[in-house]
Formats: sequence, structure tokens, C-alpha cells
Amino acid sequence: MLLKLYVSGELPRSVTAIRRLREICAGRDDCDVEVIDVLAHPEVAEAAQILATPTLVREIPLPPQRILGDLSDIAMVRSVLNLSPPDTEVSR
Amino acid sequence: MSASPNGAPAKLPTFLEGFDVIADGGLPAGRVTLVSGTAGTGKTIFAVQFLVEGIRKSNEGAVFVTFEESAQDIRQNMLSFGWDIQRWEDEGLWAFVDAAFAPDTAGTIAGSYDLSALTARIEHAMAKVNAKRVALDSFSAVQGQFPDLGTMRAELFRITNTLKALGVTAVVTSERTHDYGELTRSGIEEFVADNVVILRNVLDDEKRRRTVEILKFRGAYHQRGEYPLAIIPDTGLVVVPLSANELRQRSTEIRITSGVEELDRMCGGGFFRDSVTLVSGATGTGKTLLVTEFVKGGFEHGEKVLVFAFEESREQLTRNARGWGVDFQKMEEAGQLRLRCQYPEMTGPEEHLVQMKALVQEFKPDRVAIDSLSAVERVTTPKSFREFVLGVTTFLRDHDIAGLFTATTPQLLGGSSITATHVSTVTDTIVLLRYLERQGEVQRGITVLKMRGSMHDKSIREFKIDGSGMHIGEPLVGITGVLSGSPIYRASDPGA
Repeated sequence: MLLKLYVSGELPRSVTAIRRLREICAGRDDCDVEVIDVLAHPEVAEAAQILATPTLVREIPLPPQRILGDLSDIAMVRSVLNLSPPDTEVSR
Repeated sequence: MSASPNGAPAKLPTFLEGFDVIADGGLPAGRVTLVSGTAGTGKTIFAVQFLVEGIRKSNEGAVFVTFEESAQDIRQNMLSFGWDIQRWEDEGLWAFVDAAFAPDTAGTIAGSYDLSALTARIEHAMAKVNAKRVALDSFSAVQGQFPDLGTMRAELFRITNTLKALGVTAVVTSERTHDYGELTRSGIEEFVADNVVILRNVLDDEKRRRTVEILKFRGAYHQRGEYPLAIIPDTGLVVVPLSANELRQRSTEIRITSGVEELDRMCGGGFFRDSVTLVSGATGTGKTLLVTEFVKGGFEHGEKVLVFAFEESREQLTRNARGWGVDFQKMEEAGQLRLRCQYPEMTGPEEHLVQMKALVQEFKPDRVAIDSLSAVERVTTPKSFREFVLGVTTFLRDHDIAGLFTATTPQLLGGSSITATHVSTVTDTIVLLRYLERQGEVQRGITVLKMRGSMHDKSIREFKIDGSGMHIGEPLVGITGVLSGSPIYRASDPGA
């Protein structure tokens, strides 16, 4: 799975989103994450047609999926990415 | 941003024809102007044209942020106005920020967000082309993509502040649901713009009428009220600033021939060169004949004449003229005459006006005839019609062109024409043609009802039409009531 997270600088929302994404990917070895700062690379945001930050884009597998916001709604993120909750919860 | 000495914001010319007149120079420079209107009022065209004219007239870099149509659609659609956006992109004068909604850019919301990516993209595009003008089309569409009104209000406010801080002059469009009433759907945009322009496309008496109104320019002067607006292929939006040019009036003492010697005598030596004459009469009284004589009079003095015919085809006109001994074909071949025959229903009065002006500027005639105004009146509202007549009249005067318009009266005998009552105040000379019933015979009478700035013959003359045109005879004596349509003959009149 290839995930791209677009953030703007070091804003609290950016920090929150990065932390949440780490939590979601924790313990998984199929998560490739790339973080892009749109303030530093606006041309990348233009090419990817990003309006809002943070935006998480699942590039692979297809079809692409987009999630807007600081990812504080983890259940929603997992459901869109089609990820099961951490192993501990599954075994219960 | 620069300001004039009295503290009012400086203006940036839009270079949209007519708009800068009603805007008293243009849009407030370095500010954001909201352009609001219902669907199909020309908001996107306004936004694009604002950028296009900036590039064409003063080589100013332009950024177009599109939330509704894709950049590719806009490139394609605007080609019909002759605007080759792709070329300006290649030349580094134009940059798109394509923020159009597409299914694959839609997202699920999982937390709080802002639009700083959009702001970053706009700033990046502006730096790329060194932008002086920016357009965002439309705020309503971007709101559709993000449901949270509170966030949107804060974000749009931030974007407009960024634009102001960067010193660019920006146009932001937004869609409203009705032509009158609330300005925008959500009310958000009104908070962020100091300046508001409204475009309308209203159905008035079963006829479409486009207008533009400047609702407010904070701290800056502009004309008030609605002005007619036209969307013209190859040109774009054109505003018709009527009351603005109404103020200018020049007058000359130079006389020109009406084409009929006796009528010149009745007018004290001919029409004035920069005057407009209205010929009013029932059908068949000889209005088109007077137009033909007017053309001939100009031709014989080496002048160029332009005729707008709204009732008859080129063939009919040419054939009629030949019947009166006038050869239109020869005049056209000599380059001294141009006939433009069109059904008035083809387009609205605003478009007619703009096309007429363009043709006048191209052909540069000394005389212009319109046959007839009543045909235009038939397809328009009273207000549009009055504006049309006023627009043509002032334009001709400004260019020192003699005008001759005809109007048809509804009754055969006497009576006033609706057209005449509407336009008589803006024309300089009024010539009436009437049917007269006399000794059991139908005859024709002509009189000069009014002539501004000149003595004129007040009698009613009988006239005859034959193979060499119009022949005006002696004054009709002993007859009253011709104008009202019920002539009374005095028994003592030896001729009666």
C-alpha cells in the first residue's frame, strides 16, 4: 500500500495527521508512507490537485482514495483504507 | 496599494468595453471584487475576459483559479471569443490553478482541515507568471466541495486576505439563485469582498435582457443602476453605458441634403450634419422612399452611407430603389453604400447596437439610416428599446454622422406612433408622412413637425411619388386636422 500525506508546514493539524498515520500503520509492513509539505512543494500539490490539508491519498492499490482532515477519526480512516484494527483487537 | 490623493482606492482598468465607463475607471486596484449572478449570466466570461484584456492591453500576468469547469473546458470554451489561452500559458502570461471538482479528487472527511494547499498553489501560480490579475471561479463551487460552512468562511476570508496582501486585483465569482434578492447562496462571499458587481439575465415581458450593475465599490465612485450588457462572439462582454455618454452633445451648423430639394427648403437648408431625423408615417406613406432619397443625396455628394434594414431584404430594397430611379448596386460597387439587412428577431437590441457600432467603426459612413425602428421595438421591451435608440443616437452624434430613422404609425390616417413618442425627445428633427383623403382621393402629405436649432416650414405639403422619386408640391391650404387623422376642409377654399 502506497500512502501520500499532504500537509502544510508544521501546523498542529499537520503534526496530528502524521502522528495518527503512524498509529494506523504501526505493526504493518505493507505501509509505504510519503509525507509532502505543500508549502515547500506547491507544484506537487498542483499536479495532484490537492486543495485541503491535511489530505491523505491512497495511491496503491487502485482505485485511489482520498481522506481529508487531520485523521482524528481513526475508525473512518481504517474503513476507507480497508484496514482491520490492530491485531490485539482482532484476537479478542 | 496606491491610492488617489483623496484616499479613494486607485482603479485598474478592466478594458472590458463600456465597463470602465460605469466603473469610473475600472475595478478598485489591489482589492477583491465579487461578481455575482444567476446561472448563465456570463460570470465566467467576465472573469476570463478581465484576465485576457490585462494580458492584451498591458501584458499583465494572469492566474485563473477554476473550481467549476476544468482548465481544459475553459481553454476550449473561450476559443469562441477568439481567446487562445493555451498560447498565453506557453508564453508564461497565464497560469491555471485547476481545482475543479472531479470524482477522483473527492474525499472522505476524517478530521479538521484547511485550504492552505489551495493558497499555496495560487501563490505558486502567481509567482510563476508575475500575476497582476487573479480570477476565482466560483466560490459557490468550492463551497459545494466542502460542507463545513464555518471552515469555508474562515478559509475564503484567508484567501482573499492573501490576495490583498500580495497587491493583486482579483475577481471572484459566485452564483446566486435569483436575479434580485439575496446576493449569494450562503452569504459568505459578501463578507469577504468590499466590491460587488451583479450580472443579470432577466425575463422581462417574454424577452431576455442582460444587465450589469455595480452594487458597491467601497470608498470609490461608480455609476449607479443597471446597464444593458451584451455577449458578442469574438469580443466577449460589452456594456452599453447610456447615461454616461448621454451627457456629451455637440452641434454643428453644417447642413447636408436630405436628398429631396424641396424638403431641404422646408428644413431651412437641409438636415444638420450631426443630427438625427425621425421619419414617422403609416405603412406605404413613403418612409423607405425618404431613406432612398437620403442615400442618394449622400452618394451624390461623395459621402458614404450605411443602411440598416430590419424589414426588407436586400433584393426588395434594391428593386424599390430602382423603381424610384436610384441604383443601389452601383453605389455599393463604388464603395459608398453598404446595406445590412437583418431580421430584428435575430438577436437582442443590445447585440444589434454593438454590431451596428462595430460596422460603423469599420465602414466609417457619413450617413446612417435605420428602416425601421418599429421593427426593433417589436422584439424588445420599452426600456431596452429606449436604451437602444439613445445608444444609437448618441453614438452617431459623437461620430458626426447624420442619422435618419423611420418609424411606422399603427393607424393609416394620422395618429401618433408608439415609437415616435418614445424616441421623439432624442431625435433632432421629426418629419411626418400622412395619408390624406381629399376629394375622394387618397393623397400623401409631408410636414416637418420639429427641427431643433433651425427655422422650418410649418405647412403641410402634398407630395407625389413617381419613377424619379419624391416630389413635394404646394402647401395644403384650407385644411386642418391632418395630424389628428381627421382632416376638415373649409368650404371657402377654392381648391376644395
